[in-house]
Order: sequence, then C-alpha cells, then structure tokens
Amino acid sequence: MATKASRSAARVMMAPAVILLLGWMLVPLALTLFFSFKKYLPLRGDKWQNGLEWVGFENYSRFLSSSSFWPAVTTTLIIVLGVLIITVCLGVLLALLLDQPMWGQGVVRILVIAPFFVMPTVSALVWKNMFMDPTNGLFAHLWRFFGAEPVAWLSEASLPSIVIIVSWQWLPFATLILLTAIQSLDSEQLEAAEMDGAPALKRFAYIILPHLGRAITIVILIQTIFLLSIFAEIFVTTGGAFGSRTLTYLIFQRVLESQNIGLGSAGGVYAIILANIVAIFLMRIVGKNLDT
Amino acid sequence: MARSVTSQRKLINTGLAWLIGLIIFFPILWTILTSFKTEAQAINDPPIFLFFDWTLENYAIVQERSNYMRFLWNSVIIAGVSTLLGVMIAVPAAWSMAFVPSKRTKDILLWMLSTKMLPAVGVLYPIYLIFIELGILDTRVGLIVVLMLVNLPIIVWMLYTYFKEIPGEILEAARMDGASLRSEILYVLTPMSVPGIASTLLLNFILAWNEAFWTLNLTAANAAPLTAFIASYSSPEGLFYAKLSAASTMAIAPILILGWFSQKQLVRGLTFGAVK
Repeated sequence: MATKASRSAARVMMAPAVILLLGWMLVPLALTLFFSFKKYLPLRGDKWQNGLEWVGFENYSRFLSSSSFWPAVTTTLIIVLGVLIITVCLGVLLALLLDQPMWGQGVVRILVIAPFFVMPTVSALVWKNMFMDPTNGLFAHLWRFFGAEPVAWLSEASLPSIVIIVSWQWLPFATLILLTAIQSLDSEQLEAAEMDGAPALKRFAYIILPHLGRAITIVILIQTIFLLSIFAEIFVTTGGAFGSRTLTYLIFQRVLESQNIGLGSAGGVYAIILANIVAIFLMRIVGKNLDT
Repeated sequence: MARSVTSQRKLINTGLAWLIGLIIFFPILWTILTSFKTEAQAINDPPIFLFFDWTLENYAIVQERSNYMRFLWNSVIIAGVSTLLGVMIAVPAAWSMAFVPSKRTKDILLWMLSTKMLPAVGVLYPIYLIFIELGILDTRVGLIVVLMLVNLPIIVWMLYTYFKEIPGEILEAARMDGASLRSEILYVLTPMSVPGIASTLLLNFILAWNEAFWTLNLTAANAAPLTAFIASYSSPEGLFYAKLSAASTMAIAPILILGWFSQKQLVRGLTFGAVK
C-alpha cells in the first residue's frame, strides 16, 4: 500500500522524465504552429528576431494547392500500403513456417531477423548500388544472364524499388511479432481441430488467423507510424526524384532545402495530424492492454 | 499429446525455412563477401561468390581515407551516452509508476507514448533553429540530447513492463523489515531488475545507433556518426563497391551481434508491452 510519503517521492522521481518530454513535445510543436502562420524565408533576409509577417492560413492552403502535394500523398500511400501488404502477408507465412518443428530453428530465426538491425543508410546504399544498379548491380547481372535488358530500378521503377528495400527492413519486425503471437496460441485447440479432421487451410482460417488478429493490428499500426516518416531510404537512393517524394520528404525539402519555413511548417502540422489519427487507434489497443 | 510429425515433413520444413532465411539474409552476406574482394572482382560479371582472392585492403583503405575511427567513435558516444542518460532518467519514473501507481499513471504512460508518435519532420525546423541558437548544431552534445528524448518513451515503457513483473510482496516484506526507500531500491529492486535494465540498454543502444533522421539532419563534419558517414558514400565519387561494403560491414557488424542477443526484448520494447 502506498503511503503519502511514497506518493510524493514518486512524484519527484517522475518529474525529470515528465518535464523533459513535456518540453520536447510542447516547445517545438508551438514553434511549428507559430511559423506555420508566418511568412518566413531566411534566405531572403527574414529573421525571427525582427518579427515575421502574419499570413493567416495562407501557408496551409498553399501547401495543399501546390502541384507537388497530391503526388506526395499518393507516393506516401503507395509506399506505406505496399510495405504493409508485403510485410504482413509474408510475415504471417514466415511466422507459420518458423513455428514448425525443424532443424536449426535458432539459426534460421537469426538469419530472418538480421535485416532489422542494419542501419537504414546502409541497407538503402547496399540495395541501390549492389543490387539495383543498372550496370553493375546483381539484378542487372541476373537479367543479362537470362538475356533480358537490365532495369534501371531506382529511376524507372522508383516506387517498387523503395517498397522492396523498406519491406526487407520491416519484414523481420512483422515476422518476429507474429511468431511470438503464434507461439502463445493454445496448441490443444489446434490438435482437437486436427483430430476432428479439419484441413490445414480451415485450421488456419478459423483458429490461427483470429488469434493473430490483435498482433496483426499492432504490426500495422506501429509500422504505419514508422513508415509515414521513412527518410534515410529516400534520401540515400533517389533524393526524392523520379516520383519518390513522400510527404515527409516534401516537408524536409521545403524546410531545409528551399528554406520556406512557413510553408514547411504548415506541411509539418498536416503530418502531425495524420500521424495522430493512426496513433489514436494504437493507443487505444495499448491502453486496453494496460488494464489487464 | 504432442502433434506427431513425420521426419519427412520436418525435412521439408527445414529445407524451406533455411532457403527463405538465406534469401532474406543474402544482402548482408553479399555485402560482407564483397568487402573482401578487389574492386574489379566486386563488379565482375558473372558475380564471383566465394572463389576470389580474399583481401583485407578495403578495410585498410576505408580507415585511412575517411577517418573512419572518428565516425565510429561518434556513434559509440552518441548512442551510448544518450541511452545511459535516458535509462538514468527513466528508472525512477518507471519505478514510481510501477510500484506507486496513481489514477493518472495510465494517462501519463500513454501520453509519453504519444510523444514518440510525433513525426520528426513536423518539428525539424524548430529543433534546427534551437540548435543554431544554442550553438549545438553538429555537436555530439546536441545529438545525445535529441536521441535521448526520442528514445525516452520506449525506455520508460520497457522498464515499466519489466518492473511490473516484480512481485509487490517482496517489496512489502522489505518495507516491513524496516528497509528505507533508498535501501529498498538499492538492495531489493536493483538486483531483481538488472536483466530488464540490461535489455532496455541493449535495445535502445541499437535504436540510437541506427537512428537516421536526426543524425542526418543535425550533423555535418564534426559530430557525424556512422549513419551519416555511410550516406556520404552515395555520392558518385564514392561508388566503389568493395570499399562501400567494407565500410558498411564495419558499421553493421557490432549491431548485428548485439541484435542477436536482444531479439526477445525487441518484441516487448517495440510493441510497448502489447505483445509479449
């Protein structure tokens, strides 16, 4: 039972973490909001010290009506959905396979998980040069071996290429979580179904898949939040060219490359709202889990 | 009764799983192999898999030419110190939330999680500006602070879920025996939570080591860690496959080894306790 003294001690011990995170959240957020209502072009001599011109919602409407906005939204959706579909489907299959009895299970697990630990800039660069390069890449060798014309992956098929790279990075995460969920499944239920003569496909559809439902939801939500903000993979491979500019990358370019802070900040506010919509669902699941 | 498995089926499972595992691992394997080739062999058509003249010269060249050790050292310092600081701040917070929960504990935990969901690009310029004003752009101090804050929610959550599993009765007993708060933490709680703290340190060190938004945007020449160093290889002059592979292998090898130890904690840490 908690005493009064331990309660106030608890408050003191929590304070540093709470205050730091509060500052980390509120100060930049307030500044982004503030800049989003201002005309702020440092390269043309605007200085925040001299005061900035208030432009109301102009940045917000200009960000939406700029010709690069909708392509960026489409690109973001294609990458996020593409990676989600690939990682969840392959993740379920791979988790089912890894759950089967086999020799050397531990080693296979390590092989499958390894990509997750490769830093994003390395995986982007390795894929870009050693696999997808149209002259010296391994895929080009392979294509030529079969007498086909090598594909310039990152310029001709930039989105599929990025989806492949990012899926490779996130497949281990999906697999690992789904495998953990499968292993928590009560095997007696499966055995009973097997003895009653239920075929494998039915056992999967009526027992395993419903059991995995929650884990799949969590994988989708967490990955969506991280995928919405992928950056290094695009920065290293295409630099946003060839139709691979996502919303995150567009905002980055507005802010740091063209230094239109007001416009970029308005974009940032949109990105924050978008991420929050996903986050609310995730928080609900996590919150429910806290009660039990 | 265990499910009876014919050894034929086990053989098929094994073969299939190894095949898929090797395909997934192949890019890493290929990178490691290429790092031991000469530049000519690295781009040879048809590709040479094993029978090439193994050489270590790429590693020597990368280290000489690019001051590799400095980038490595930056990575070690930034990831290490930010993780240690984060754990030092998070342990008391997680402790109090796990053992002296109040009505607001759940809200605070969820709120902390929500700060992790904030897209970094949305606050890129404010952070950039603050860094310029404070004079900490392209310094290790600046990155340590940012990465500590970025990972703090995960650290608090991981520690919280570990502390939650320590039975409260043991603490009650210690308190009954007259242990002060300080000795309760020092002699009862700490020994029991060492494994949890260790895995929290490990996973967050990995996350900080691989972080590639702030490290790319807030550093230039001085404080750049390995993520930024590797990204500099994407310029055309750096297009030497064998050297690129050597640099990449050195950047990922330590983390691959650490990562293999932390695969179990990965699930808990990245799903915030929702999947165990």
